[in-house]
Amino acid sequence: MRFTKDHEWLTEEEIATVGITSFAADALGDVVFVELPEVGTVVSAGDPAGEIESTKSVSEVYAPADGEIVEVNQAVVDDPALINSDPYGKGWLYRLRISGTPVTLSDVEYEALIAGETS
Amino acid sequence: MRRTALHHVHQRLGASFTGFAGWEMPVRYGSDVAEHHSVRKSVGLFDLGHMGQIEVSGPEAAAFLDYALVGRLSAVAVGRAKYTMLCHTNGGVLDDLVVYRLEPQRFLVVANAANAPIVIAMLGEYSGGFAVTITALDRALVAVQGPDAVRVVGEHADLRYYGIKAERLAGKDVLLARTGYTGEDGFEIYCANADAEAIWEWAQAAGAQPAGLACRDTLRLEAGMPLYGHELTVRTTPFHAGLGRVVALDKSDFVGAAALRTVTPETELVGLVTKGRRSPRAGHAVLDAVTGAKVGEVTSGAPSPTLGHPIALAYVARDRAGGSLVVDVRGTREAAEIVSLPFYKR
Repeated sequence: MRFTKDHEWLTEEEIATVGITSFAADALGDVVFVELPEVGTVVSAGDPAGEIESTKSVSEVYAPADGEIVEVNQAVVDDPALINSDPYGKGWLYRLRISGTPVTLSDVEYEALIAGETS
Repeated sequence: MRRTALHHVHQRLGASFTGFAGWEMPVRYGSDVAEHHSVRKSVGLFDLGHMGQIEVSGPEAAAFLDYALVGRLSAVAVGRAKYTMLCHTNGGVLDDLVVYRLEPQRFLVVANAANAPIVIAMLGEYSGGFAVTITALDRALVAVQGPDAVRVVGEHADLRYYGIKAERLAGKDVLLARTGYTGEDGFEIYCANADAEAIWEWAQAAGAQPAGLACRDTLRLEAGMPLYGHELTVRTTPFHAGLGRVVALDKSDFVGAAALRTVTPETELVGLVTKGRRSPRAGHAVLDAVTGAKVGEVTSGAPSPTLGHPIALAYVARDRAGGSLVVDVRGTREAAEIVSLPFYKR
């Protein structure tokens, strides 16, 4: 699993599964609404690709790489609390067929990033 | 960042923290929605040690507060409280306050955390010529809020709404007030910093659930209560916020009187409900549904955990044509209906 500076995670596959990190989910609070891009949407790295709303705030989800959305997680749309309860599992957001090389961080680099944000 | 006397208790409880007005405060302990519901359905427990506490005392304390604030504090009986505001000479709100009369010549002024330095400075500036002493207190404040709050305070629950009295709780000397900012029945307990943990543990042992700042905001919004920096700013007068009733215009003289006597607000604060799942948020434009013209702006908005749909407060033009409004929620137009406040009433 790799991470982005925007607090997404993605698996290291050609069709990567994408979600937000537990750090991001904790910072948002209880998620009450998720909007995901439509299947077939072509995105560039850094494009807004979804929206996550909690009681406290709204955050955009950014595409972690160039690619095409090939599947979205309807379960998380129906039950947004999955993002809080299982951000790396049932709370995944969508699957992306990656066409470029994503700019990602290793788990060690991501830990260092969030340590900087919380200190 | 400053920390309250209860910081280590919040850490022990596993709270998430956020920076708020220079203080590191617990934003939630687990689920902010669950904390919200616990306040509505049973009883929640808040650390409000970041609020400003200012004592105003002396032979002319009442006359001074009548001059410095928009309300008539001299008419408040000992043991009672009043919601009031400190305004600029131009009528703009510098802070909204709860003022308790503890003794004939001794008042407790409670200010928003962010505004406490301004309140202390302005009270000092306005106090010239009055025989008063203004003292910033370094003291804790714990709130128990919700329908079961009376069970937490037990035999002491005979206090009237907006009343305050000296009590002994958990073996500590406190000031117990029946006030709050959640729309629920509840109590606020003013105590020494050294006693805050004992009071907190006592309330938790009686069933009060720790609740953070995130749910405090959704609770106050449902209750239609203004938040400084959102509904109230130095650019708005109490009349703009629909709170003209707190201004005692018949007082002979007070800071801001000349401006407040002539103000005719072009906007009014209204409650909006929308039906979609996306919530209006502060800063979103309110538009005329037909013409698309901007007629207002959202000041606070959130999905209401109690009501199950988005709610918002907004300033809208009094002369807006027609009745149908939409809110531009990040590019999506959500139909909005004006409703009377509060959104939620117990």
